[in-house]
Amino acid sequence: MSAMTMSPTRRRLLFGVPLALAVAGGGGFYTILRRMQRNEYDPHALPSPLIGKRPPAFSLPGLNGGPGFSNLDLLAPPKPMLVNWFASWCIPCLQEAQMLDWLAKNGLTIWGINYQDKTAAAEQYLARNGNPYARIATDTSGLTAINWGVYGVPETYFIDKTGIVRWRYAGPLTPDIVNGTLNKLLRRYA
Amino acid sequence: MIPELGHFALALAVALAFAQGVIGIFAPGLRDPRAMRAAPALAISHLLAIGTCFLCLIWAGIVSDFTVENVANFSSSAVPLLYRITGTWGNHDGSIVLWCFILSACGATVAAFGHNLPSSLRARVLGVLGLVSGGFLLFTLTQSDPLARLWPPPLQGAGVNPILQDPGLAFHPPMLYAGYVGFSVAFAFAIAALIDGKIDAAWGRWVRPWALLSWIFLTGGITLGSWWSYYTLGWGGFWFWDPVENAALLPWLTGTALLHCAIVVEKREALKAWTVLLAIATFSLSLSGTFLVRSGVLNSVHSFAAAPNQGLFLLVLLGLTIGGSLLLFAVRAPVLAATGIFSPLSRESALVLNNIFLCAIASVVFIGTLYPPFVNLLFGIQLSVGAPFFNQTVLPLTSPLIVAMAVGPLLPWKRADLAPALARLWLAAGVALVVFLVTTGERHVVTALGLAGGIWVMLSALIELAERLRLFRVPLGASLARLVTLPRAAIGATLGHLGFGVAVLGIAGMTLATQKVIVMHPGQTTELGGYSWTLDDIHDAPGAGDYSLRVADITLSEDGHKLYTLHPSRRDFSAQDTTTDDAAIKTNGFQDLYAVFSDEPAGGGAELRLNRHPLAPEIWFGGLIMALGGMLSLSDRRLRVGAPARAREREKPVEVVA
Repeated sequence: MSAMTMSPTRRRLLFGVPLALAVAGGGGFYTILRRMQRNEYDPHALPSPLIGKRPPAFSLPGLNGGPGFSNLDLLAPPKPMLVNWFASWCIPCLQEAQMLDWLAKNGLTIWGINYQDKTAAAEQYLARNGNPYARIATDTSGLTAINWGVYGVPETYFIDKTGIVRWRYAGPLTPDIVNGTLNKLLRRYA
Repeated sequence: MIPELGHFALALAVALAFAQGVIGIFAPGLRDPRAMRAAPALAISHLLAIGTCFLCLIWAGIVSDFTVENVANFSSSAVPLLYRITGTWGNHDGSIVLWCFILSACGATVAAFGHNLPSSLRARVLGVLGLVSGGFLLFTLTQSDPLARLWPPPLQGAGVNPILQDPGLAFHPPMLYAGYVGFSVAFAFAIAALIDGKIDAAWGRWVRPWALLSWIFLTGGITLGSWWSYYTLGWGGFWFWDPVENAALLPWLTGTALLHCAIVVEKREALKAWTVLLAIATFSLSLSGTFLVRSGVLNSVHSFAAAPNQGLFLLVLLGLTIGGSLLLFAVRAPVLAATGIFSPLSRESALVLNNIFLCAIASVVFIGTLYPPFVNLLFGIQLSVGAPFFNQTVLPLTSPLIVAMAVGPLLPWKRADLAPALARLWLAAGVALVVFLVTTGERHVVTALGLAGGIWVMLSALIELAERLRLFRVPLGASLARLVTLPRAAIGATLGHLGFGVAVLGIAGMTLATQKVIVMHPGQTTELGGYSWTLDDIHDAPGAGDYSLRVADITLSEDGHKLYTLHPSRRDFSAQDTTTDDAAIKTNGFQDLYAVFSDEPAGGGAELRLNRHPLAPEIWFGGLIMALGGMLSLSDRRLRVGAPARAREREKPVEVVA
């Protein structure tokens, strides 16, 4: 057997290999866990094809005759903003409604895209849960959502002053996400 | 009151486990026979304590005590008794209690039935088990208390996750855990041997039944889990290469390798350090699989929500257990000398080859599972490694394993000649070649290779058995007489290989599956796989527990003859706002006709997923046969395990003099 003919030093080194591998793996996991605790890493995050790009061309009508918006309106916002996809039938949207309201009251511009919804239902939803949106567009067919790569509602996109999508979050915004990731993005792209 | 009793028992278990650990490890060094005898007593009382805690938790589930947070969050008085009981370990906190319970049960079994072990070895093994158990019990007590109270209690619990309300899943986790945790005993033996600096044939003989028992449970657990996901999740697949599935597959691969090379230690006193490393690796992978999955590091469909804080505690525990044992290995293993020498062509070499292939497959699966989080850590790139990677890397490594596993059992120990072994396999090779040539023409090459490989393994296992029985060379009666006297371990090994061949056949058959997603209205008919599928009706059916039921009736006919009716259903759990699909499966043992009622679209009718799965049942038959082979082998070992130990005890004075 080759291990027996080896010099004692090499044999000792060989037997230390599993330990070295385990230490490296453990160190990696430690770092990942630390970053998760600091909200810098989310293993469940879904990569979005829009990150680092401008949103694809679209032009959507507003809700009940209000002003809608198109990709041209998102080319150069005066300050970083959020585009939030929502629907009246979506339960997790309810969970983040308060958070969106709080963000809007604190000066963050949020534009909404109402996804596959009925006008009356959407208006009722906004009347009941507050309207954080400066503008609302309606994607009744759901085609724009496909072009954006929307996974499900609610979904939130962070757009910087040059109109480039910097971050996408699928699911309701939580205080942890807002205090951690969103806060950092706002400072970085201010 | 009962939950507090359980809480107290849990705290007591922590203390007893650490006492068992410290006393067990240090008593042999002190040469104190009373302290060495204390270890088994502590192991048994430690089991009683954690058993009490576990029973209290189950009791809280049975009586629906919603002042216990765990019961309020994961149970409800509306679900049947069975799921009120199984629901207690269907969640993060409860499952760790089950895990600890099984671990201490293993320790208590070593304590109770280890009379033939030298008392110092038994004390050390129990010490290692006690330390591991103590660490995880401490985690339960301080970080994930299963019996924490909730005030004010809700009137009704949140209910058992609908997906978990299934008999298959009620037994899948305990079985899998028994497999994971059982390898702790082989691990403890390995650590004790490293402390002692001595491994001999007797060591191999003690470790093997434990490794075999754990392997049986793990094989059964994986088979059951795969079968469950096949018939309840309704996506028509049986293996998803999800991190949690890989976490179960990895210890199975290294455990299978361990099982095979412990034979070499037992028969030939070779491969000692490698066997010890496999024992450590198998349990380490079991531990990592159970706990890293819960830390949220790996993205998985099996979501056990856990806070990253808990993850850090677990990581420290894992670091101490795995890092400590590998450190001990690095320092002590180089002194383990092999005494048995074998030529490059022998049963031993065949087993080494088996180990190389199994470990290569394990490495590939390991890397594929950990690649996404580590790439993200190092380069900040988000990616996912899915089935295509695993299929493309595992298949090429499985093919040589399949070729070699047929030849290995026909080779003699020490030194062998390949020609006689191959001469006996010409029939198997011929049939496999015919199968390959017949199927490769119209089908995919990979499928043909898989079918041929499965047939090759099955036939060679049968030929090996026929050789042992001298079938067709001596009268049939004489062969049968040989079958009775043949060691059960030998028949068990043959069955194990046969079962693997059957499973390979099934997996290859699944690649020929045909399927169709279709919206049908009652009265419409569609064609699939040579059958006509007619949707007769969609109707309500009485539900049970906390769900209501919608059923689709589908009649299958072939050439105008009605064969049978399938009733796939959708369960609507209104309280939890979810629905589950119950697939309807008609099997004849060689083919499944599989229908899922996946949705009722707005336009009326039913959205159905219809599949024909050739040879699918063979996947689970194969797993079952493997587990049965293991059991047969185990029943043999239990009878023989005492004999070498007595012989060893007689030798002992000589060793002391030497």
